[in-house]
Amino acid sequence: MKKKIVSVITMGVLILSVALSGAGCAKKKAENGSLTIFNYGEYMDPDVIRQFTEETGIEIKYEEALTPEEMYTKYKSGAISYDLLCTTDYMLQRLIQEDELQKIDIGNMEYIGNIGEKYWELAKAVDPENSYTVPYFWGTMGILYDTTKTNGPVDSWEVLFNGDYAGEIVMQNSMRDTYMLALKYLGYSLNSNDEGEMREAQELLIRQKPDVQAYLVDEARDEVVAGNAAMAVVYSGEAYLGNQYNENLAYVIPKEGSNVWLDGWVITKSCDNIEAAQQFLDFLCREDIAMKNFEYIYYSTPNEAVINALSEEDRQNEALVPSDHATDNCEVSMQLSPEANDLMNELWKEFKAD
Amino acid sequence: MVRKVKSGNLFHGISGLKNLLSRCYIGLIVLFLYAPILVLIVLSFNRSRSRVTWGGFTLEWYGQLFSNRQIMDALVTTLVLAFLSALIATVIGVLAALGIHAMRQRNYQIMMIFTNIPILNADIVTGISLMLWFVHFMPLGFGSVLIAHITFNIPYVILSVMPKIRQMNVSLYEAARDLGANAVYGFFRVILPQLLSGIVSGFFMAFTMSMDDFVITYFTKGAGVSTLSTMIYGEIRKGIKPEMYALSTIIFVTMFLILLAVNYWPEKKPAVREEQRF
Repeated sequence: MKKKIVSVITMGVLILSVALSGAGCAKKKAENGSLTIFNYGEYMDPDVIRQFTEETGIEIKYEEALTPEEMYTKYKSGAISYDLLCTTDYMLQRLIQEDELQKIDIGNMEYIGNIGEKYWELAKAVDPENSYTVPYFWGTMGILYDTTKTNGPVDSWEVLFNGDYAGEIVMQNSMRDTYMLALKYLGYSLNSNDEGEMREAQELLIRQKPDVQAYLVDEARDEVVAGNAAMAVVYSGEAYLGNQYNENLAYVIPKEGSNVWLDGWVITKSCDNIEAAQQFLDFLCREDIAMKNFEYIYYSTPNEAVINALSEEDRQNEALVPSDHATDNCEVSMQLSPEANDLMNELWKEFKAD
Repeated sequence: MVRKVKSGNLFHGISGLKNLLSRCYIGLIVLFLYAPILVLIVLSFNRSRSRVTWGGFTLEWYGQLFSNRQIMDALVTTLVLAFLSALIATVIGVLAALGIHAMRQRNYQIMMIFTNIPILNADIVTGISLMLWFVHFMPLGFGSVLIAHITFNIPYVILSVMPKIRQMNVSLYEAARDLGANAVYGFFRVILPQLLSGIVSGFFMAFTMSMDDFVITYFTKGAGVSTLSTMIYGEIRKGIKPEMYALSTIIFVTMFLILLAVNYWPEKKPAVREEQRF
């Protein structure tokens, strides 16, 4: 008797749980299909997604990731089939090289003309024929400094190395960024695979080490905002935010040049609704939509219609709209040769252990 | 007599010092545990978005929190997920515990080992293996996360109900049956009430575990499903928004109040009985 009751209840629970999970994953059939989009966290205004569904009837499933590597792994695992990805330069390059993407019919997009020529040129570093990637946002790396604590112009990486601000400097705790600026200061390419140049950069960094207050990542900006340091090496997006909290801060892209990064959208090979995917990319380029995203993210936009609509003050802000001459010497960072990569890892380990 | 008093004084001095030290120790522990939470609460009232500058007192973030659809959606998903998974896991867990208790010694031990494995197993192993499993049978979505949460919740329910079953007086149930209660009636009126405290604590344990979980959710969720933990993770790149401080503060205060209520409730009961007796 007891057994029977238990089995009846168990059956009930099983049926209930199956029914519930069925209800949970039952898909709302969208009239015009759906798109699965993979983007970085906080990298699109949620209104934009809502508006796209309202205008086109295409349902969007939106997924977020933290790093390009995480995106790559999740995409490659095939657990979820993504239609559109937004990722960073070197990962775009890798996806193109691994033949994971579909060509975008750029000629047929209505608003694609809003993306300035300069940014297509930038994108060529990873996508030589401009056939796979639509630029989304971009930025630079530079020096965020407190104007009340510096005397004389800050326009060169030299301020980090000449000892004037010993103990007041915050550097990035990231291998590639650190060697990048040393190589640039020495006048070399930041994509240098040359052992001699890398060792020279290493020497420079070791000599600088006693002057550095700390090697940080996300907290670099806050240290300058709080007034604990005179200057920090940061990304332009961070610099813009820092400026919002403390108006004495300024941002400069050193004249020797720096790293410029670019995030772009691509259509994956697994996408079977290319028309909808293209429609979405076109939508992102539309002025009002690009403006919404810009106001949500505050990174530099490649959308010239948006740039032209900005206030004079914002257009003068080097962290938001870097001037052409400031980015003249900048480079997109590429994958190093495996030997150079190993060497850099080795040097970095030595440098950090020292 | 005199000597006794003297040694008593000496002891008093030492125990006073011990007392002081142990108070300092407890104070330090409490400080380390709660200072970060205090900082978070303070930041939730900070007008400035920055973590390092104080821009004045504001309730703005609390207002924005409730009008932010993303956060509200994630909160609802988290709560629904926690409630459903805890409920289903409790039903399955209680029945499983009764079944396991009725087993012979050897099978009982084997089953208890199986119960312990998911708890001791690293979340990441559970998460990835569940993901690999789900990919073959169903699209990842809310359903897959729910099943995953039920899976890791069941052992917690079994472990908190099992001691109650061992303490349970079986004669009461047998007596009820002798007096004419059928099995169902007996189960609900005699067995369940005896297990109730274990069931409730198992439910809350499962609820909390589900709310807390990041790793398993991260691997088993489909596109478009996000809980608070996976959403906060996505925010790290651009800095956590102050709305999340506000939400965390609300959750913390709620839990604190619940804990206070739970701890002060039972103390009254004996007092009431005492009064009735006289």
